[in-house]
Amino acid sequence: MRTVGYFSRVMLVLGLTFLYAPIASLIVFSFNNSRLVTVWDSAHSPTLKWYVALLTDGEILQAAWLSIRIAVVSATVASVLGTLAGIALARLGAFRGRTLLTGMTTAPIVMPEVITGLSLLLLYVALEHAIGWPRGTGAVTIALAHITFCMAYVTVVVQSRLVGFDASLEEAAMDLGAPPATVFRRITLPLIAPAIMSGWLLAFTLSWDDLVITQFVAGPGSSTLPMVVFSKVRLGVSPDVNALATLMVLIVAAGIGVAAIFMHYRERRRTRDVQRAAAANA
Amino acid sequence: MAQLVSPAGRKLVAGIPMVWLTALFLIPFLIVLKISFSEVRLALPPYAPLFVAHHGVPVPELHLSNYAFLLTDPLYASALVYSLKVAALSTLACLLIGYPMAYAIARSSPTRRSVLLMLVMLPFWTSFLLRVYAWIGLLQSNGVINNVLLALGIVHQPLVMLQTDFSVYIGIVYSYLPFMVLPLYANLEKHDPTLLEAAADLGARPFTRFLRITLPQSVAGIAAGSLLVFIPAVGEYIVPSLLGRTDQLMIGRVLSDEFFENRDWPVASAVAIVMLILLVAPILLLQRFEKDELEAAPQVAAPAEAKAPS
Amino acid sequence: MTQLEPYVRIERVRKDFGGFIAVNEVSLDIHRGEVFCLLGGSGSGKTTLLRILAGLEIPSSGKVYIDGQDMTAVAPYRRPVNMMFQSYALFPHMSVERNVAFGLEQEHVGRREIRERVGQILEIVKMSGFGPRKPHQLSGGQRQRVALARALVKRPKLLLLDEPLAALDRKLREHTQFELLNIQKHLGVTFVVVTHDQQEAMTISSRMGVMDRGEIVQVGTPAEIYESPGTRFVADFIGSVNLFQGEVTATDAEGLCMRCAETGADMRAPGAPVALGTTIWMALRPEKIELARSPVPESAPGALPNQLRGLVKEVGYMGEASVYLIEVGAGKVLRVTRPNAGRDAEPRIARGDAVSLSWHRSSPIVLTR
Repeated sequence: MRTVGYFSRVMLVLGLTFLYAPIASLIVFSFNNSRLVTVWDSAHSPTLKWYVALLTDGEILQAAWLSIRIAVVSATVASVLGTLAGIALARLGAFRGRTLLTGMTTAPIVMPEVITGLSLLLLYVALEHAIGWPRGTGAVTIALAHITFCMAYVTVVVQSRLVGFDASLEEAAMDLGAPPATVFRRITLPLIAPAIMSGWLLAFTLSWDDLVITQFVAGPGSSTLPMVVFSKVRLGVSPDVNALATLMVLIVAAGIGVAAIFMHYRERRRTRDVQRAAAANA
Repeated sequence: MAQLVSPAGRKLVAGIPMVWLTALFLIPFLIVLKISFSEVRLALPPYAPLFVAHHGVPVPELHLSNYAFLLTDPLYASALVYSLKVAALSTLACLLIGYPMAYAIARSSPTRRSVLLMLVMLPFWTSFLLRVYAWIGLLQSNGVINNVLLALGIVHQPLVMLQTDFSVYIGIVYSYLPFMVLPLYANLEKHDPTLLEAAADLGARPFTRFLRITLPQSVAGIAAGSLLVFIPAVGEYIVPSLLGRTDQLMIGRVLSDEFFENRDWPVASAVAIVMLILLVAPILLLQRFEKDELEAAPQVAAPAEAKAPS
Repeated sequence: MTQLEPYVRIERVRKDFGGFIAVNEVSLDIHRGEVFCLLGGSGSGKTTLLRILAGLEIPSSGKVYIDGQDMTAVAPYRRPVNMMFQSYALFPHMSVERNVAFGLEQEHVGRREIRERVGQILEIVKMSGFGPRKPHQLSGGQRQRVALARALVKRPKLLLLDEPLAALDRKLREHTQFELLNIQKHLGVTFVVVTHDQQEAMTISSRMGVMDRGEIVQVGTPAEIYESPGTRFVADFIGSVNLFQGEVTATDAEGLCMRCAETGADMRAPGAPVALGTTIWMALRPEKIELARSPVPESAPGALPNQLRGLVKEVGYMGEASVYLIEVGAGKVLRVTRPNAGRDAEPRIARGDAVSLSWHRSSPIVLTR
């Protein structure tokens, strides 16, 4: 196994380098004084001036604020809908429309965004023409679109968690006298809560970062952060975008770091408990 | 359990998401389909009305002109072919890079494994747009790579790396690599290491063991990862916009341009329908793989737990 | 104790899973306070039947009565029946105490009473003090006791146990078997146990039902089932058995005589008369056969009728007993078990020895199917 193992380990290192080199470059050059970004101005660098420019740029701040609000709403609604769909697919056995639901919760994950974006805008236009709503596009139409494609991801996460669940836990609860609603509330929900949580985070990230679909369904006056960034970078490199990227990487890294430490601690405590139980040997 | 929940309850749980998705996912496709058969109009909205009343009954008006246009104009054909080619080769590249990575992660110790997985996931959680943008800085004429090459004397003139096929491939492989690594890892992690030990015991050498035991078992992971990269890559918009060629467009950009720049919604819709037709088969294939993964549930892992040290 | 009124009556219950018939017209009565075992291999339908009693499956046809009431379609959360699951199914996010209290909370029992009853039942299963622990902090045997406590604390009319001892190792299994019986007697709860382990079934049950392919093949006490199996299937399923096939050659007041096709010898057994010439089988348990190096003449005092000569093919020494495989001609091999009564008794019978087999007149069991 040695040569195969050696080769794959080398590839792993190279692959990770490949993944992180561009991110490293973004971070490094965010401190570069030169507007040309990649030409290092050693006389005046490193500098924080692009960070200052970023944080005082009204357009960016407004767009960021809009993106956050849309992402929170979309993630929350998508989590509810996705959880319902996940439960339906994992627990309700065969029901009319099951294949349809399965299809509608897997297709959005791979569907090219230009197609989804186009179809949603055409829906809005047709609706407006027919019943007068929605009157133009804006935060609401963006949120509706985001919810629709995000919920599929939540469904997959929740469904796979439920499927890996010991089904007899729910049966045991019912056997002990709990009607289905109580079973869900006190047994199923607490146990899938972590999955719903990660579904929420996933949906938030996808909504926050979405460009293509948003471009289709956003109207004048509602620019999300990705849209603002995109219009800047179409023209070439822009140092304040580097600053933005660095901030985002730091926030994400911090979030993942905290989550990882938390989980590591919990795992350690759990293994210690299991070992103690084994030693006690009742 | 299913039969014990009230029928009303079941209708709600399954019904609510279905209604939402039907209204906001399925029906829009039907609208796209209809508009692809419409004629363009200089009006708001820029297409002929969806239905025309024939003796009081609304009937959809169908024109095939948009499709005829697509089929005869070489721009679209070449864009489609180009997109399929780029997507296919990018998928292959992701597979060749991602498989060894997933393999190495699956074979690491459990603590290392979670760290490595996090490292692979971290780029995924940072902005797609920004990561593609990063490559502009790396590949441009006065970008990092050229600066290094010039400084080291390896080249005397900056290489043109942006707005080429090369940059598109790099952009797509880079952005979609995590989508290949993760399903592959999920599959490889489930492999039983004692199978390899048995094979070694029977005299098989390392590469043979890999080829005849590991590889066949990982086919489902390969398929899932490949489809998760290929299907969205065909319609990719951001990478070709920021890094791609200006003389040869990918179909995602074509659709967007038709829509926003030419304001020809019917043609844009026809492009979308053609893309859908091309992608239907891969999408159904992916669903079949996902179904197998999700429904081959580890049947009651708990008895194993119950056998805990006593 | 009303032994005459069935506490649980299962009437022609059938369960059909879209073409696969798991339970086929099963009728069964279970008496109050008894430990009834459903014994069978996988696919025999025993677990499905248990789940029907629990309410987790609804029969395709037939009725289930518990303590006189029709419970066929009653939901599991409304039945006075509780189940101990094979995987224990302890709620991982709740402590032992909360797990056990869960069922009482569903009955809206007051807090103080809950605490009392939980404390009591934990004592009975010898898990006092484990209240605050979580399931992952417990060993397998401990989890099992908590699962038992959780089911018993509700004082159900019927306790169902699904392979309760399957996950335990052998020593613990024996110990737990007796503990279970003690608790059952102490609380007077009616137990229905599903198991594939015949030794377990015979040890703990007051009565058992053998199931095969969705049907109940025989019901009786362990002794009845072991010593008087009704069919070859049951005879072979429980313990080991030697089967002889032959035709009835004579009948008299005491029983009948059969000429064995394989050994050519005549064999006698007690039983109801059967028409001459009918093909029957005789089952003979391994421990009922005695071995001797030289044949004991029939006239000798204490001699047993029904003698055969054979050659020892294999000997398996098992500590308390030895198993002998003895060829008695025409390729037929009999299995004989003898206790190893003395430490260095008379020279032990070994491979290759010629031996004489004999058994009591009443030992063989006549089987007509």
